[in-house]
Amino acid sequence: MKRLIEHGRVIDPASSMDDFLDILIEDGRIAAMAAPGAFETLKLDAQVSTISAQGCIVCPGLVDMHVHLREPGEEYKETIATGTKAAAAGGFTAVACMANTRPVNDNQSVTEYILEKARREAVAAVYPVAAMTVGQKGTQLTEMGELSRLGVKAVSDDGHPVEDALIMRRAMEYAGRFGLTVISHCETTSLSKTGTMHEGWVSTKLGLEGIPAAAEEIMIAREASLAELTGVPIHIAHVSTAGSVEIIRRAKEKGIPITAETAPHYFSLTHRAVMGYNTLAKMNPPLRTSADVAAIKQGLHDNVIDAIATDHAPHSILEKDLEFNAAANGIIGLETALSLTLTLVQTGVLDLSQALAKLTCHPADILKIPAGRLVVGGSADITIFQPDQPVVVDIQKFASKSRNSPFDGWKLQGKVIMTVFRGQTTYSA
Amino acid sequence: MPLISLTQKDLLGIEDLTPEEIKLILDTAEMLKEISRREIKKVPTLRGKTIVTFFFESSTRTRTSFDIAAKRLSADTFSLTGSSSSLTKGETLLDTARNLEAMNPDLIIIRHPASGAPHFVAERIKPGVINAGDGMHEHPTQALLDMLTVRDRFGRLDGLKLAIVGDLFHSRVARSNIMGFSKMGAKVMVAGPPSLVPPFIQHLGAEVAPTMEEAISGADVIMMLRVQNERLQGAFFPSVREYAVFYGLDRKKLALAKENALVMHPGPINRGVEISPDVADGPQSVIMDQVTNGVAVRMAVLLLLIGGRAGEKAN
Repeated sequence: MKRLIEHGRVIDPASSMDDFLDILIEDGRIAAMAAPGAFETLKLDAQVSTISAQGCIVCPGLVDMHVHLREPGEEYKETIATGTKAAAAGGFTAVACMANTRPVNDNQSVTEYILEKARREAVAAVYPVAAMTVGQKGTQLTEMGELSRLGVKAVSDDGHPVEDALIMRRAMEYAGRFGLTVISHCETTSLSKTGTMHEGWVSTKLGLEGIPAAAEEIMIAREASLAELTGVPIHIAHVSTAGSVEIIRRAKEKGIPITAETAPHYFSLTHRAVMGYNTLAKMNPPLRTSADVAAIKQGLHDNVIDAIATDHAPHSILEKDLEFNAAANGIIGLETALSLTLTLVQTGVLDLSQALAKLTCHPADILKIPAGRLVVGGSADITIFQPDQPVVVDIQKFASKSRNSPFDGWKLQGKVIMTVFRGQTTYSA
Repeated sequence: MPLISLTQKDLLGIEDLTPEEIKLILDTAEMLKEISRREIKKVPTLRGKTIVTFFFESSTRTRTSFDIAAKRLSADTFSLTGSSSSLTKGETLLDTARNLEAMNPDLIIIRHPASGAPHFVAERIKPGVINAGDGMHEHPTQALLDMLTVRDRFGRLDGLKLAIVGDLFHSRVARSNIMGFSKMGAKVMVAGPPSLVPPFIQHLGAEVAPTMEEAISGADVIMMLRVQNERLQGAFFPSVREYAVFYGLDRKKLALAKENALVMHPGPINRGVEISPDVADGPQSVIMDQVTNGVAVRMAVLLLLIGGRAGEKAN
């Protein structure tokens, strides 16, 4: 079975390719890429199906290095099947899922369960991120060596940051031995404590306890120092403040091995979104000020922030339709990420190739996974999207099992037309 | 044209009220005060109306005040507390509120430790909701009774200088009063230990003074806030002793304010901590007037929300 994607503008940020090309797919792999019309004779073959990408961008399948698939344990919120369907609908062909499942993914059994489920049900590549410490409790290291043999590429305690700097140092040193990427959710919990939103005029007005920007920045500074000390690269998850961008910028200038991601909501919304006690604007780290949003955009432009990841965090109304203090943190993001990222292109913050790099090769390189690029002989993971087509976000149409998005009703531009994973169509508009 | 009724179904915060609406509530309260001085302290205005007080946080004064206000207007009142309600059985706030709604009350009065909880309920049920204090957010009827008390003495609010001193961070009374008094044209200065002054409080309409002395100098009104010393001592300020030295109101500090300045406190008082006994019981103290006015203001609010059209039906 052969497939031909023709008439598209092919952008592969990893190879700086931006050209009109036809792509031939054979046995789930990219067999060839050539000038439009080069495969004309092949089209006579009944075995070849053609996909028109006229007026569309054809790019590597998107990579989301930070999602929560909730399986095992919270299948009422999301499963590996529905989560990867949502990924496909958003143009993603690879996701890295965080370890805060029930039970926590801190051992080989849970990792094997996730991988086996993914093999059977997923419509995107699933890369489980294992916990760095047992139970994400910050005291005992997980069996990272064995986990890496199973295919784990990264470790993180994500929402439960390791407060003990010595444990963090040892975890980094140990993970480094196995080439595992260490991902840090930076939050000094002794400072954020009972806070439920960004500390600023909105929190004061609403009478909610705040989480100052410093809670994030202190730990990023610590992680940068530990990366310098150990020589092991650190990846900073979901950067949300201007100060964080500055700390990472300085660390990079110093040659410290540090990379960073942000999420679309940190460049699309501010703490004002919480007004009215909107629990769909409750996340951790919290939405910050417009000055922070501007700095995040600048950081993306300057490549201080390497990747855009969604932190896709499905929750049901049981966790979200509550008084603000009691509601869970997090929003879903897989099905809005591309359109929101394209706003950065439309407003001149990033060019298209730069924007796509942050959703493809950059996260793939940070995780050291074979994804995020168009390579002859490589897996045919390809996304086709129309960059200018107006879309109205409709949460009722989401493939995700959850509906907790603050972007419902937003008018955006850019629509995923088709997602191809290992040569097979996993989403078609 | 002067307002004759409130158009909203709820009273959730001073933030949502216009100066005209505040004036309407205060004028209505003024008119209703007379009922409480009668031999038979009851009018039939709200007969057949059902009011539920739903307090998920301990309170003596506010709950009793609402209860008396409702009864003086002949409404039927029912009261639920955190421990007697189903919340302790794992029912969510929303489920409890919907169950209350199903019994067709006209008004639900809520106090809850989570900021925004009354707003959350009000958005989801048909009956009106009065916020009787939500977390660290607002306590609108307290601010209204405070404004009534001050207006009684000075005949106006605009142009007055109000000083609010103490734990501003945790205080819903402070937030509502800052917004209320500044909306009515008063100048509001606040002071407290820096660890208890929330960031950007000036956005609410207050000016932050570096010291208590500076805040109260030349003030017409001094409002002292309660210090929850059990919770705060050590973590927010070194000791109650030191707190009293820098942020307690005694006669010496009181002399910095205007000669006829009023001393207020939302209660309950920690005598000897935020306020010395002689000041609390002194001639400038209007603390008991606040309590009396609380009933009048709450009667006004009940009447304006569920009493039909205009305030003149009170008699």
